[in-house]
Amino acid sequence: MTQLVNEICASYAFVERNFNLVKRYWGWEVVWLAYSIANALSITFIGAGAEAVTGQAIDTNHMILYLLVGTLVWHYLAVVFDNVSEMIAWERWEGTIEYTFMAPISRFTHMVGQTLFSVVYGLLHTGIILGVVALFFQLDLSRANLFGGVLTLVAGSLSFIGLGIVASVLPLLFPERGAQMTHVIQALLLLVSGVYFPVSVLPEWMQPLARLSPATYVLEGMRSALLDGASSGTLLSTLSRLVLIGVIAIPVGLAVFRQAEKYAKCTGKLKRSG
Amino acid sequence: MSAMISTTGHMALEISGVTKQFVKSDGFRWPWKRDGNGRKPVVAVDHVSLHVQRGEVFGILGPNGSGKSTLVRCIATLLLPDEGCISVFGHDVLREEMAVKRLINRVSVEASFFKKLTPMENLIYGARLYGVGARQARERALEVLQRLGLKREAIFRPMEEMSRGMQQKVAIARAFLTQPILLLLDEPTTGLDPRSKREVQAFLEELRDTHDATILLTTHDMQEADALCDRIAILDEGQIVALDTPAGLKALVPRSNGHEPTLEDVFMELTGKRLVKEVDE
Repeated sequence: MTQLVNEICASYAFVERNFNLVKRYWGWEVVWLAYSIANALSITFIGAGAEAVTGQAIDTNHMILYLLVGTLVWHYLAVVFDNVSEMIAWERWEGTIEYTFMAPISRFTHMVGQTLFSVVYGLLHTGIILGVVALFFQLDLSRANLFGGVLTLVAGSLSFIGLGIVASVLPLLFPERGAQMTHVIQALLLLVSGVYFPVSVLPEWMQPLARLSPATYVLEGMRSALLDGASSGTLLSTLSRLVLIGVIAIPVGLAVFRQAEKYAKCTGKLKRSG
Repeated sequence: MSAMISTTGHMALEISGVTKQFVKSDGFRWPWKRDGNGRKPVVAVDHVSLHVQRGEVFGILGPNGSGKSTLVRCIATLLLPDEGCISVFGHDVLREEMAVKRLINRVSVEASFFKKLTPMENLIYGARLYGVGARQARERALEVLQRLGLKREAIFRPMEEMSRGMQQKVAIARAFLTQPILLLLDEPTTGLDPRSKREVQAFLEELRDTHDATILLTTHDMQEADALCDRIAILDEGQIVALDTPAGLKALVPRSNGHEPTLEDVFMELTGKRLVKEVDE
């Protein structure tokens, strides 16, 4: 019992530390939020202007919502992925990585703390963006199943946490450029997951890749819930698929991380300079 | 924290035949190739054996690159030795890693912190990882930091506004907060001004006299080693070239010009030959 309390206390240490850092880097947070809002608006305005661009009658509200769901879901998943995958790069940059790895906590506890922060931070960030974008457009959400949307997002977080843990191995193995390498994973997921367009427009050989990406299922579930008002029961197959991917991805991520940690301890890569 | 782990009836630290080598990379290499794609490895620690008694202050002296920090990292579970074994109060660092982690803490030459956070925030974060509650950590941190000469207002300002000496004191407080039974101090006073150095050394003396702590200290400061250490090992090219009490080490070197030899004389005598050799080359 004491051990469990200690592990929860240790997980909370990461949440508290990260929110303290967010407070101290408030300037960066403002810039990042402004960028994210501008980005979301730019993409959503494509939907608003689609009729003018094509000269044909289009369901503009549907188009706006389609792109808005894409940009918000992608933003949220990218924030979760970034925060989890950059936990090593961040600590290496601050020089604290050896102290964290020397602490008597399991890697699972470490990851739980980091991912908990990522999910809360991601939801707050995405909520603010949604609030601001909603001021610019007359969004018709009368048919939307908001609860189903949130469920889909939470279920999708699990798989992105798993992927993030796998990606965090890169900064551990490649101290100089590992953090940048994680962006390649994000770019590939963005391409194949149908964030701003249906997967069906991808070349045939790319479409099976979309089925491997958890983001594809999150976006399908979110669009069904918010655009088509699909009931939570209808979303069940998407939700169970996402949970299944997450349940596999997280232990696999942890196992990969443990191996990478062992390798880093063999080769001395935990040291700040690498 | 450490009270839960058995520490009775054992030597504080036993190092037996520990060897650690690295492959220096000058370009791309496959991560899974342990042999470094044919590159010659550098032996950082070469079959080192020593033991440290409970309550002892044990010093390790050695030139830069002699393997002191590598050895400390092996003890701290941050590096896996290639050969040999290390145990802390009878707990093997590989097989019982978590138990060892609960018994130790380390202060390195670089005071590594989240620089935007205050000393208090950094210390509470560190203490939580060791199972120390925030309130207890706050009270103890205030006490230790003020004992180390930090002003109260500095404790609540970002670390980046502090001098290196101040940051190093916070690093010592961080280690002390978790009440380690084995404290690993890797050049804790390097780069500090004389006053800060004196304050840190006084704190270490107090720690030695009043707490049940065993200290492993690596340093370049011969006077510090002489004043604080019960025994000292001199490491050169990864190997122990001498191990004795400060007085015993001094007895290894003959008197010159009627002066008693100092630890610096011993150090130069035992490790200085390489310098001459390098200059000759």
